[in-house]
Amino acid sequence: MTPTRGSGARMAPEYIERFSRTERAVHWVHAVAFLVLLATGLALYLPSLSQLIGRRPLLKDAHVYTAVGWIAALVLVVVLGDRRRLRETVREFDRFDLDDVLWLQRYPTPQGRFNAGQKVNAALTAAFAVLFAVSGSLLWLGERDHRFQFASTIILHDWLTLISLILFVGHLYLALIYPATRHSLRGITTGSVRRDWAERHHPKWAREQR
Amino acid sequence: MKPRETRTYGRRAFLGVTAVGLSSLVWGRTAWDAFVAVAPPGLISGWRIYTVAATMPQFDPASWRLNIDGLVGSPQSITYDELRALPSAEQVSSFHCVTGWTVPDVHWRGVRFADLLASAEPSAAARVLTFTSAEKPYVDTLSLQQAQLADVMLAYEMDGQPLAREHGAPVRVVIPEMYGYKGVKWVERITLGADAQPGYWEQRGYDTDAWIGRSNGA
Repeated sequence: MTPTRGSGARMAPEYIERFSRTERAVHWVHAVAFLVLLATGLALYLPSLSQLIGRRPLLKDAHVYTAVGWIAALVLVVVLGDRRRLRETVREFDRFDLDDVLWLQRYPTPQGRFNAGQKVNAALTAAFAVLFAVSGSLLWLGERDHRFQFASTIILHDWLTLISLILFVGHLYLALIYPATRHSLRGITTGSVRRDWAERHHPKWAREQR
Repeated sequence: MKPRETRTYGRRAFLGVTAVGLSSLVWGRTAWDAFVAVAPPGLISGWRIYTVAATMPQFDPASWRLNIDGLVGSPQSITYDELRALPSAEQVSSFHCVTGWTVPDVHWRGVRFADLLASAEPSAAARVLTFTSAEKPYVDTLSLQQAQLADVMLAYEMDGQPLAREHGAPVRVVIPEMYGYKGVKWVERITLGADAQPGYWEQRGYDTDAWIGRSNGA
C-alpha cells in the first residue's frame, strides 16, 4: 500500500533523501571546525576574553591545528566520498533559473532542492572558506618568514570573522527557529526530510523524488 | 531570461567574493585606516592583547617592586609610590604592531629612563637595558642610546588612566619608533649590561632593532 496524503488516517509520514552521507560530512566538518575556530579565535582576539581565559599559546595552537584539521578533513571527505554526487550538488548551487532570480526578488516561485537563498549562502560560504584559509595561512607563515607578511592580512581575517558571524546567526535562526525552514535540520542530520514539507518548500525537486 | 534557461550566478558570486577578498590584501589597510579616521572616537579601540604565558601578571601595589641592577653603582628596588614621585613625562604617539595593526594617538605618561636610572648610577660600561617581564619568560632589550630617544619612557598611564592589567600594569616600556614587541609589559626588573641577549621574539626570528618600516623584512 502506498500512503497518500490527506487520507485522514494516522500514518507514518513519508521521507525522502535530501542529503547524502558525503554532503552531510562536508556540512558537519565545516560546522564543527567553524565553531572551534570561532571560539578560539574570539578568545585570542577580544581583550576581555583574553584576560579571562589566558593560555594564549595553547589557544593559538588549538586554533591553528583545528584549521589544518578542517582542511585535511575536507580533502579526506572528497577523496573517500561520493564525488559524483558532490559535483552534481556544486552544479545545483551554481545554476540559477528564472524562478531563482524571481525568488530573490521575493516572488514565491517554486524552488528546487536548494532555494536561491541557500545557493547564495553556499557561494558565500565557499568563498569565505577559501579567504579564511588563505589569510590564516599568510598570518601563520608571516610569523615565520617576513616575506609572507602583509599589512592587510589581519584586516581581511577580522572582517571575514565579523561577516561570517552574522551569516552564521542567520543560518542558525533558519535552521533552528524559523518554522518554515527548521525542518531542514532533520535533513542535514539524518539525510531525509518529510515529503509533504519538501513538496511545499522545494516542489521542483520533491516531485522528481520517487 | 527565459523560464528554462539557467545562468551560472553561483560561481560568479563565489569568484567575485573571492576576488574582492584577495584583492583586499592590497587595499585593505588603506580602506581600514580611512574608516578609522572618520569613525566616532571610542568605537574602535584597535588594541589586541598578545601574551605568552598562561595568565597575565596581577599587580599588587603593596608588594610590587621595580628592581634596577647590573652595571650600576647603586642597585635600586623602587616601590610604585616612589616611581610615581619621579619627574613625569607625557607624549602622544601611534602604536604599531609588527603583525600589521596600529592604534593612533595613544596618550602615555611615565618616567623617562634618564630620570629613572639616575639614582642607580649607571656605570660607564653599561650599553644595554634588559627588561624582564613578570610574564615569564618575556624579556627584551633596548640600547641605552635607544632608551634616551625623546619620547621613550617607562609608562604607568595610558589615555589618562593607570595602565590596565592587559596593557602591562603597572608599568610597560613605550618606544613609538619601534614595533610593540619591544615595549615590554609588566616590567619588574631592568638590568644594565654591556651587550644584548636576544629577547623573547628575537629568539623567534624577529629583529633586535625593530624600527617601524625599517625592520622585520619591511
